[in-house]
Amino acid sequence: MKAFRQLTGTAAPLREKGQLMANIDTDMIIPKQFLKTVERTGLSKGLFHELKTLPDGSPDPDFVLNQPAFEKSGILIAGDNFGCGSSREHAPWALLDQGISCVIAPSFADIFYNNCLKNGILPVVLPAEVCDALADQAGGGNHVFTVDLEAQVVTAPDGGVHPFEIGSGARQNLLEGLDEIGATLRASDQIEEFEARRRLAMPWLAREA
Amino acid sequence: MTAKTLYDKIWESHLVGEDAETGEALIYIDLHLIHEVTTPQAFAGLRQAGRSVRRPELTLAVADHNTPTENQAAGLRGVHDPQARTQLETLARNVAEHGIEFFPMGHANNGIVHVVGPEQGRTQPGLTIVCGDSHTSTHGAFGALAHGIGTSEVEHVLATQTLRARKMKNMAVDVHGELADGVTAKDLALHLIARIGTAGGTGHVIEYRGEAIRALSMEARMTLCNLSIEAGARAGLIAPDETTFEYMAGRPMAPKAGAWETAMAYWQTLHSDADAPWDEVINIDAAEVEPTVTWGTSPEQAIALSGRVPRPEDYPEPSKQNAVARALDYMGLEGGAPIAGTPVQRVFIGSCTNSRIEDLRAAADIVRGRQVAEGVRAMVVPGSGLVRAQAEAEGLDVIFREAGFEWRQPGCSMCLGMNPDILAPGERCASTSNRNFEGRQGRGGRTHLMSPQLAARAAVNGVIG
Repeated sequence: MKAFRQLTGTAAPLREKGQLMANIDTDMIIPKQFLKTVERTGLSKGLFHELKTLPDGSPDPDFVLNQPAFEKSGILIAGDNFGCGSSREHAPWALLDQGISCVIAPSFADIFYNNCLKNGILPVVLPAEVCDALADQAGGGNHVFTVDLEAQVVTAPDGGVHPFEIGSGARQNLLEGLDEIGATLRASDQIEEFEARRRLAMPWLAREA
Repeated sequence: MTAKTLYDKIWESHLVGEDAETGEALIYIDLHLIHEVTTPQAFAGLRQAGRSVRRPELTLAVADHNTPTENQAAGLRGVHDPQARTQLETLARNVAEHGIEFFPMGHANNGIVHVVGPEQGRTQPGLTIVCGDSHTSTHGAFGALAHGIGTSEVEHVLATQTLRARKMKNMAVDVHGELADGVTAKDLALHLIARIGTAGGTGHVIEYRGEAIRALSMEARMTLCNLSIEAGARAGLIAPDETTFEYMAGRPMAPKAGAWETAMAYWQTLHSDADAPWDEVINIDAAEVEPTVTWGTSPEQAIALSGRVPRPEDYPEPSKQNAVARALDYMGLEGGAPIAGTPVQRVFIGSCTNSRIEDLRAAADIVRGRQVAEGVRAMVVPGSGLVRAQAEAEGLDVIFREAGFEWRQPGCSMCLGMNPDILAPGERCASTSNRNFEGRQGRGGRTHLMSPQLAARAAVNGVIG
């Protein structure tokens, strides 16, 4: 996993009629027809497919990521409960493939939040009014934000500094770009001890390989 | 001794280790269910790192998400979508390489992963169960801690048989009294989600308690726990009781005589202590729950069948007004109109939420001797090969076919439309599935979630009601 330390760049707000969109589900982030891949890459073509495409199949010029100023934004700003619904990790993979490695929202769905952490994407939780204010400052895609995980702050284009909370374990893993499986395998002794205890306590679960 | 919730007990009995400083824990996983869509990248990751599957015998694979629901006897040759075929072939290759039990498409035991686990007796009280699918919460009906995970976590579980996790909070949903006749677990779940919202359970494990829950069958409990994720809770739980044990007895992988008594002694400890502390308690009066359907594009946009579709101006918050206006527009509905009487063109009875034998019996009871309304295309997709065989033994297939329903082979089917079963733009569907998101059942498709009984009524009446 790629480490996340600091990101400086523009931010794309996901808005509709001037309001940040709430309850963006993972079906909206990447619809089912793009889940039939056996790869983790190349998924940006499906990112927000229904939102970014007009019924005739052409790109919707009004959709924020279709606007040249925002197409390279590494930060997304959204409304409440971002990433609800399906557990598909294709959602963070599609964001990464688009070049987005930070999502700022008032709240996230649990599975999506976890999936971000496993992929070097920083989910930043900030109060709704702060998210609205940040979205207002995105400007025409020429205003620069800085997200600093080490300091746990987002610095807005107006110089405003917004501290955010993140679990210390998640923070450390992101900063290091930790190979979690490798780290867990180093605790194999503990797993073996647990399995030995489990065989004694729950003998009916013993299955031969 | 400190009083504990059922979730606390299962969590503690599966702790391999815990970092006191960060709160990050390592939890042992008793059962890992896998399917074709969320695992190819996990197996590829293992291969690249030269890692193996630690406990293949604690893993069970099925093909379900993108399998066609007709002509399964043709095997993979009958899968016309080359990408879907590649995923199915990849799963077959991966499970063979790692020695994992697999019920492929067409196998008598094949079906939707959350139907197969319980019917095989692999799902048991007190277990930790994960799957790369958010509706893994279904298995909580047995008093197992079960939730969805992402593909990176699938890879972690394959390699280590553990999951890195943080303890969630405890939420009790207490349902007092009795559900009225004709009111189902689906109605109860939609009623709850409408009340607390799709983020209401975020960060929590929900335990369902109370008289109305005790009175539910295992199948109804599975429907309720299945929908926990639509309330934002990764897992739902119901403490095991006689209903649970009766369902499990004799299942292929349930403990056999001798072991059964040992297991039972443990299972009977699996309940929340009377004075356990809860982070949140929701009280529901069962008598207030009416038959419920969704009108919009989120499971929380649900109303009683007797109710009216809301108007944007019914809500004070501008963001909510936008969401309601957007949903009304997408669904082609007028705010303020009664939901009953809305015409449907499609009916889908199936999915991990409502495709078990009781669901099919309930639908068949309504359909018996009647005809699918003109202009409606209706299908029944049994949850598994065993459900299908049972239904056929009871003659339910004949009832459905004679009424004009399509009687399909098992799979996830039109719940998420990864296989050929999808809605055309603008088509309105009465569906027993779990998500009414925009485009979920096909681009521009309009989904109304409801119980099998209401879906069957919509099929024969041609309208919701």
